[in-house]
Amino acid sequence: MVRTAGLKDLKAEVARVLGANKGLKAVIKKEVGDHLSGKRFFILALLVVVTCLGALYIAASTLRTSVGQDQLDFVFLRLFTTSGSSLPFSFLSFISFLGPLVGLTLGFDAINGERDRRTLSRILSQPIYRDALINGKFLAGVFVIALVIYGLGFLVGGLGLILIGVPPSWEELLRLMAYLTLSIIYIAFWLALSLLFSIIFRQTSTSALAGIAVWLFLAVFFGLLSGMVADGIYPVQDSNDTQQVLANHRLEQNLSRISPTTLYDEAVTTIMNPAVRTLGPVLLEQAFGALKGSLSLGQSLLLIWPHLVGLVAATLICFALAYIKFMRQEIRA
Amino acid sequence: MTNVNKNIIETFDLVKKYGPITAVDKLNLKVPEGTVYGLLGPNGAGKTTTILMLLGLTEPSSGKAIVNGYDPVRNPLEVKAMVGYLPDNVGFYDELTGEENLLYTAQLNGIEPIIAQKRIEHVLKRVGLSKDGKRKVAEYSRGMRQRLGIADVLVKDPKLIIMDEPTLGIDPKGIRELLNLIRELAKEDGRTVLISSHLLHQIQQICDQVGIFVKGKLIAAGTLKELEQQLADRDRLQLELKAIPCDDKLLTICEGLDGVNNLRWEKDLLILECQTDIRENLVKLLTSQGYCPVHLALRGVSLDSIYLRYFQKEGDYFGQDGWLKGLEG
Repeated sequence: MVRTAGLKDLKAEVARVLGANKGLKAVIKKEVGDHLSGKRFFILALLVVVTCLGALYIAASTLRTSVGQDQLDFVFLRLFTTSGSSLPFSFLSFISFLGPLVGLTLGFDAINGERDRRTLSRILSQPIYRDALINGKFLAGVFVIALVIYGLGFLVGGLGLILIGVPPSWEELLRLMAYLTLSIIYIAFWLALSLLFSIIFRQTSTSALAGIAVWLFLAVFFGLLSGMVADGIYPVQDSNDTQQVLANHRLEQNLSRISPTTLYDEAVTTIMNPAVRTLGPVLLEQAFGALKGSLSLGQSLLLIWPHLVGLVAATLICFALAYIKFMRQEIRA
Repeated sequence: MTNVNKNIIETFDLVKKYGPITAVDKLNLKVPEGTVYGLLGPNGAGKTTTILMLLGLTEPSSGKAIVNGYDPVRNPLEVKAMVGYLPDNVGFYDELTGEENLLYTAQLNGIEPIIAQKRIEHVLKRVGLSKDGKRKVAEYSRGMRQRLGIADVLVKDPKLIIMDEPTLGIDPKGIRELLNLIRELAKEDGRTVLISSHLLHQIQQICDQVGIFVKGKLIAAGTLKELEQQLADRDRLQLELKAIPCDDKLLTICEGLDGVNNLRWEKDLLILECQTDIRENLVKLLTSQGYCPVHLALRGVSLDSIYLRYFQKEGDYFGQDGWLKGLEG
């Protein structure tokens, strides 16, 4: 009973928001339709699905040989995290790598594309608030991302179930849901970033390139850079000096956490691998006497809570910047 | 012209600055309801900026506009709900059909799907695109896009239609059809139409009133007749004369006539600049002297010459000859 009341409230709330934002519903509807029927999205979705199915196949065949050999727990989750010798990527690393590309593809020509087609002034001269357009585009993008990620996650989970025949526990299912939700937030960050670029740059090719540049920088070079900075500030002269090593490592880790990519990678590793107990360096004396075992879901979530907050904040900041920039921009080309 | 006393658009010292450049300078524009109003001016005169301010798509630096009783800055939605805007070089979503594009507009206007469907059919028929509604816009020609643009404007059933350079890039036949359609929209449906253009020949055919707009300023406004009057008051009249026989004595006779300030030859035409309309006296005099006038015309009665003369008068506005030549062509 309580649940249905909540659902009704939610429905009423959605209706209220849509009523206050005239045209938002129409924009969302059109954008979702555009995304789903577009060739660009089709190609990208195909790429992601094929790679993820490949990763699943490798994981399943690796798991089948190792199941039962030693005490393997959380077999279902391992479907997503295991990589094999022939394909050194797991489902997790594929989503982490290709996810940003999905976000960028959905948003890089959101506003400057409308300018190019000369539809922007025509749409904005309809009786809608200006923000209905950008809100609608963002929400439609998030909806499509959620559709893809949840769909893909459950597809891979279901096929994996058939391949290895070990049913998931409730905790594993919840961890999977948490992981998929985190992925949606992470990809939404890239969507918001590309939306921002599509407003700043007048050329769609420029905004696409800018998005790819940031993606490569954060995914590949940022870790390198934070290591270099940390070595510069806290150089390790004596590798036996714990203080030096710790200071260097902490700085490097904290710096690299500026990048949403690092935040996401750390968070999903923790959520999908219950054996991960801490994300920082562990001293031998701290590990001494610790009982072997895995973290409960609640504890894992607690460990990555700051990461989650950071990711949501980064997404919202990007979107807010895009929003402000768009509201102040001149309509004229 | 119905209901002349009510202005559907009125601006009060409207100013728009882009950095150091003043695009629109203290504009006081009045557009009476039910008229076809032509906003005439060269490229970069601030016409589009003015239109965007009227729609609340850009904020004025100072001054204000009232459109159908609403301030577009404070009530943009009320204004946009009753104004149909056709931007210059209107664009559509190429991957959608004509009907789908119109449907999106209808949805943005909050029109019920069933009503929208009927209206779309009706407006497509009206602009002559009934057969092409189900085709993708990517396959449309330039003229068809423009007609779809008008259909797009009509879907929301606007009281006021604003068109920015609607005839640009369309062939002569298309232009004629377009102008007839615009005329119909105003006369039969009773809508007010504001057309911005730099092509005065076209404006002249269908406008009840015109405003001449240069460098952000409205330098003359009113009906064509009023503009002629204003021009006659401010400038000397010019008469074109051709008479038989054509000899030097003709020159002396004309020179001696009362009210003639100046005269010169333009090929075989004698141009008389005079204070007042002296045609009657001139003809009497010439016939009494044995001359037969075969051509006699008052210059400056077409909008074309009015337009040109305004720029000649506002000498400092008249920097480039380039667009003037373009105008004459």
